[in-house]
Amino acid sequence: MQLTVWTYEGPPHVGAMRIATAMRDVHYVLHAPQGDTYADLLFTMIERRGARPPVTYTTFQARDLGGDTAELFKQAAREAYERFQPRALLVGASCTAELIQDDPGGLAQGLGLPIPIIPLELPAYQRKENWGASETFYRLVRTLAGANDPSPGAARPKREGGGRPSCNLLGPSALGFRHRDDVQEITALLDRLGVNVAVVAPMGATCADIARLGEADFNVVLYPEIAATAAQWLHRTFAQPIVSTVPIGVGATRDFIAEIARVAGIDPTVELSGSPSRLSWYSRSVDSTYLTGKRVFIFGDATHVVAAARVAADELGFSIAGLGTYSRELAREVRAAAAARNVEALITDDYLEVEARIAQLQPELVLGTQMERHIAKRLGIPCAVISAPVHVQDFPARHSPQMGWEGANNLFDTWVHPLMMGLEEHLLTMFRGDTEFTDTAPSHLGAASAHSAPEDVAPSSSTTAWTAEAERELHKIPFFVRGKARRNTERFAATRAIATITVDTLYDAKAHFGR
Amino acid sequence: MNACADEAAVAARTSPPRIVTERGQREVFCGLTGIIWLHRKLQDAFFLVVGSRTCAHLIQSAAGVMIFAEPRFATAIIGERDLAGLADANAELDRVVSELLARRPDTRLLFLVGSCPSEVIKLDLSRAAQRLSRQFMPRVRVLNYSGSGIETTFTQGEDACLAALVNELPELAAAAPKSLLIVGTLADVIEDQFRRLFAALGIERVDFLPPRRATELPAVGANTRFLLAQPFLADTARALEARGARRIAAPFPLGVEGTTLWFEAAAREWQIDAAHAHSVTAAASERAARALERHRPRLAGKSIFFFPDSQLEVPLARFLARELSMRLIEVGTPYLHREHLAEELALLPAATQITEGQHVDRQLDRCRAAQPDLAVCGLGLANPLEAEGIVTKWSIEFVFTPIQGYEQAADLAELCARPLIRQSLLAV
Repeated sequence: MQLTVWTYEGPPHVGAMRIATAMRDVHYVLHAPQGDTYADLLFTMIERRGARPPVTYTTFQARDLGGDTAELFKQAAREAYERFQPRALLVGASCTAELIQDDPGGLAQGLGLPIPIIPLELPAYQRKENWGASETFYRLVRTLAGANDPSPGAARPKREGGGRPSCNLLGPSALGFRHRDDVQEITALLDRLGVNVAVVAPMGATCADIARLGEADFNVVLYPEIAATAAQWLHRTFAQPIVSTVPIGVGATRDFIAEIARVAGIDPTVELSGSPSRLSWYSRSVDSTYLTGKRVFIFGDATHVVAAARVAADELGFSIAGLGTYSRELAREVRAAAAARNVEALITDDYLEVEARIAQLQPELVLGTQMERHIAKRLGIPCAVISAPVHVQDFPARHSPQMGWEGANNLFDTWVHPLMMGLEEHLLTMFRGDTEFTDTAPSHLGAASAHSAPEDVAPSSSTTAWTAEAERELHKIPFFVRGKARRNTERFAATRAIATITVDTLYDAKAHFGR
Repeated sequence: MNACADEAAVAARTSPPRIVTERGQREVFCGLTGIIWLHRKLQDAFFLVVGSRTCAHLIQSAAGVMIFAEPRFATAIIGERDLAGLADANAELDRVVSELLARRPDTRLLFLVGSCPSEVIKLDLSRAAQRLSRQFMPRVRVLNYSGSGIETTFTQGEDACLAALVNELPELAAAAPKSLLIVGTLADVIEDQFRRLFAALGIERVDFLPPRRATELPAVGANTRFLLAQPFLADTARALEARGARRIAAPFPLGVEGTTLWFEAAAREWQIDAAHAHSVTAAASERAARALERHRPRLAGKSIFFFPDSQLEVPLARFLARELSMRLIEVGTPYLHREHLAEELALLPAATQITEGQHVDRQLDRCRAAQPDLAVCGLGLANPLEAEGIVTKWSIEFVFTPIQGYEQAADLAELCARPLIRQSLLAV
């Protein structure tokens, strides 16, 4: 049993819903009690979808448990088929139905429906949302594309001479963080490179599209959390190479293009020439000097965290104070990324642990999920959202990709805007004595942050005393860096067994930690 | 207004509501959702759901944004090892509760809230609550109730919670004077308004269930009379009756008419002179009626279709039909308590179509066919209906917003008028 306040991922059947909802002609019959229908609002409210997810819930009740819940399931499956006429039926159980062991797969297969039935075994007490999405997508691909697998040992048919190479984009799903915009961005990029996108899946795909996945020359895995397993199966079955670089950031986009060029046998020179993304120049422009060494904490799904670490360190000149993920399945990749930046990865799905780590590290910027946005708000730290779990504002009306050149532009804007920037920070430091810059003055960090600045929580962890004069000096430091100053000074005092902090201690510490 | 009510009663006898029970897929929340408003009300209570990751995900999704750093609710997520052995599950639960109470020493009342999985594996939370109560009393009282979706629908979670609380209420002395208990969560501001009106009527001893703090549990006994403030409290009412309390039958305090009839029912029970009762409510009632008039042009004659959600549908329909002249196409409700709603049903327009239970696809078919001016529905259905051109009102807002009593009658009308106003404003 695990005490949980907020959870980063939903249960695995929500992952299955993300696949079903992304596609055009599948239906998911879920053996589940009525409360599980809440999941519909994830799609209709958070993602603002104008259609219900293609999911039928059996909504069995306590009185059904003594009777025939299996019959209830069969009836629901039959009715769903008749009403929605899907081309494939996903069937499975949510956490409660898993316990009553009705075997939805067997029951649905017994109905004799004229479409493929895809049973999903998603162990709700072991696994979570992303795993459920991955497993569902894999099962769908295996069932539908597997019907067209070549005979063992058969060579891949050669592409017609002169035709453009083609690939599938795998992984974009419903309720994904900017998946809609990433697909548009990467499709355009591939088109400029001379590569056709045969199928995007699961987003917008039909069952017929899934069935012809094996026809493309190679697969591009945009979101490994969802599509790596399916891509590996396609690789084994159809000998399709996998492009696995995730093109988030300028460097990763360049690497992605180079990998595409290698796999597709095309020349990337044109696409790589010049400065396709503004991030490169913006980051070199003098105003960005002030970004140098900003201490950043990164948390989210593995893909976005690994990418963000590279962009933060190599493309914006931040310093990585810490990073971590809730994606246990990809913990290894995140640990490697952390090791490369000389920090230890925090692998956890316990939100309170993440909060404690952020409070301890006192970073100047948090790149996280909606959960970290709340944590950062409470601690008075600027924050930008880089990963699911998503919120309604993660589905902006504007085109806002994370991937490709335009994605890199977006990263620059959304990560830098929450910070005090350039001249702004410089002037604030110069004029910090002005009454406008007192703790109670309006701040664009929001009213709450000025009053619950990190310094209010920091002293509790320390037994060091401050002289009144030192305390007054501390308050001359702008509120948005005061928490860090207090923490550093106390740490400095503690390591030197200084019992009382004076003005000198404060400046000694500043000299010690100053960069 | 009473004459009007009598006319309606005659109409209802000659042409009573047509009640159809439907079975099929239900698109409603489970009782766990009640925690979202109960934890705001009971400020020293903590709600620990014993359930799955789905339960935790439901509560955070239904609550919308996660605005609390340390909310007064959490989930003890059952893992595979807990399923393997119930003895271990109990030990694990004890560990989680100890961990929780150490983190949250301000907790005075802890609810262990049962869920679908805990019910199905037959984890006995009442025994766990007794065991943990023995361990943590007098500092913390531990109670349990079920918010599971196989047993409760949305607001029935509050019913289960309050019913559990009733057993803990101190005994009202047999010689104590008659006292009034208002049952069902109300916003603090409404409680204060109601207190003032009851005091003006001359009813001195008035308590509310749930109280604002777990340490302020009202006494209950044979001299308790109770008025339901919410229409979904079947088990709570039964538990109170088992303690000797008697329910005062009344419509619910939604709208001017409902509020007046509700207060009048209490006044009659206390044998308060009708003229005095009228003089007490007249000012507020007239003010509320004037405020309602502003919304009438927007709503009168418009048709409305209710999908089942909170059990508030019947009183809401009564208010919108009688005070704002809306046309009721279908009034869906997850469950219809015929006794508690008898006064409401009698006030409905002749032959109102009521659907108890749900088959969501067929109900959507009927809604599309009827093309109502306004559909009241849950969050899962709202945007899809809007995308089809049907204007909607989220039903969950009726539970989260103060709508009871005179001063809120116009707010309630406004909640229904706003989507229509918005539709008329937009030119995109």
